[in-house]
Amino acid sequence: METTLSFEKLRVEYRSRDLGETTKVAVLGLNLRVGQGEVFGFLGPNGAGKTSTMNVLLGFVPPTSGTARIFGVDVREPIARQRIGYLPEQTYYYKFLTAEELLRFYAGIFQVPKAQTEQRIDAVLKLVELDHARKRQIKTYSKGMQQRVGLAQALINNPDLLILDEPTSGLDPIGRMKVREIIQRLKAEGKTVFFSSHELGEVETVCDRVAILHQGELKTEGRVSDLLKEHSANLEQIFLKLIGYSPQP
Amino acid sequence: MNTIWALAKVVVLEMVRRKDFYVLFILTVLLTATAGSVNLFNDRSIVRYLKEICLLLIWASGLVIAITCTARQIPAERESRTIFPLLAKPVTRGQFLLGKFLGCWVATGLAVALFYLFFGLVSASRDHEWPVLNYLQAAWLHWMMLGIVVAFTLLGSIIFAAPSSNGTICFVSAAGILLLSRHLNKVALSLAEPLQSLLYAFYFALPHLELFDARDLVIHGAELIRWDMIALATLYAASYTAFFLFAAWLVFRRRPLN
Repeated sequence: METTLSFEKLRVEYRSRDLGETTKVAVLGLNLRVGQGEVFGFLGPNGAGKTSTMNVLLGFVPPTSGTARIFGVDVREPIARQRIGYLPEQTYYYKFLTAEELLRFYAGIFQVPKAQTEQRIDAVLKLVELDHARKRQIKTYSKGMQQRVGLAQALINNPDLLILDEPTSGLDPIGRMKVREIIQRLKAEGKTVFFSSHELGEVETVCDRVAILHQGELKTEGRVSDLLKEHSANLEQIFLKLIGYSPQP
Repeated sequence: MNTIWALAKVVVLEMVRRKDFYVLFILTVLLTATAGSVNLFNDRSIVRYLKEICLLLIWASGLVIAITCTARQIPAERESRTIFPLLAKPVTRGQFLLGKFLGCWVATGLAVALFYLFFGLVSASRDHEWPVLNYLQAAWLHWMMLGIVVAFTLLGSIIFAAPSSNGTICFVSAAGILLLSRHLNKVALSLAEPLQSLLYAFYFALPHLELFDARDLVIHGAELIRWDMIALATLYAASYTAFFLFAAWLVFRRRPLN
């Protein structure tokens, strides 16, 4: 299977502002590979290093050491991001633009040919069911609609790799189901989906493989079905066990 | 270039859809129209005086639009977190800065062009003549000067966290340069060394925004500036603009986004 994204000995450190502490290690020598066409769940409690890893992947933060590659290209090269789509945890878009204008703007950045741009806009707006509101400014959208416009912008360049940060956070059950349907449709098209989530039931349903991170270290990685069989428990129980959580009696 | 232009278009669209530009424009239009309607005993000097006030208003409005529009760009991107989905695309930080600069500069240029057009129409209705080339030279130099202002405001927006403090600092600096920098060399002459050399160095390092002030072309119908001088002034503005943009890139390229 072709590797879509990989991390080799990735280490991320931040300068700490606390007195007497010089650096804070967010990610500690992470080694991970995600193959083409996989739906990969990236899990961990808050502060585990998921966001730092994603920030490196997206070029927001340079790695302290080690490498991260997308389609074999170092993430420090902007061209590595040409074939990816990214949906942030919360929706942040130019609220004075309409959905159509926003998508045209992002298509321009990806240098999608003009003839294809309108087709892509039509296709993604239909996919996320925002066709009826395409000419309305984003500031008039509900939270669910804003999340869906976020998904539309992540798909505008027909990406081969989709990076989703808590894609269903704050959505109602129908919204969650729709996001799940879209992820499954993308998987059927052979796209790779890399996403972080705290919704472990959802991860268990959607993902082929998962990795669990805790305090910057990779605790486990493998196929969901193999992990469930190995631990004879559901994903939530496995997760809690691996991060060392024991419920109070 | 497509990426830079795409970023710039969003900035222009933002200005068109915000209300602050219209407030300034309506205010300037009202004052210009009021001034234009005054005809005191057919006194030419009064008409010129009124023209001077209107152009001063256009210059102040140009500075306010350029500085406020530019000062909020990067802080707003960070605060609303729109910078994250944007930089997760194949956009370098250099392209991001250039796009913001181009957008603010073009938006300011459009606003200034509209002001000059309106002022020209009012003046032409009173004077029954319209020296197009004079207006063109004055507006062009004004726009070039605003390019420098936009570039240093963009640099300021990376250094200072709050758009209001950056805006105030940039406005005071620009106004200070426009009003005082031409006198610095004379002040330097009266000082002892090493202050004299220091002030001279400062005088030569400052971007002399006052060189772009060609309001006399419009007010007094002065002789046109030689076109090679206009080209030289454009080059001068381009050099300072490039310098400030390069400094902004140096500061921004390694800055964490969070």
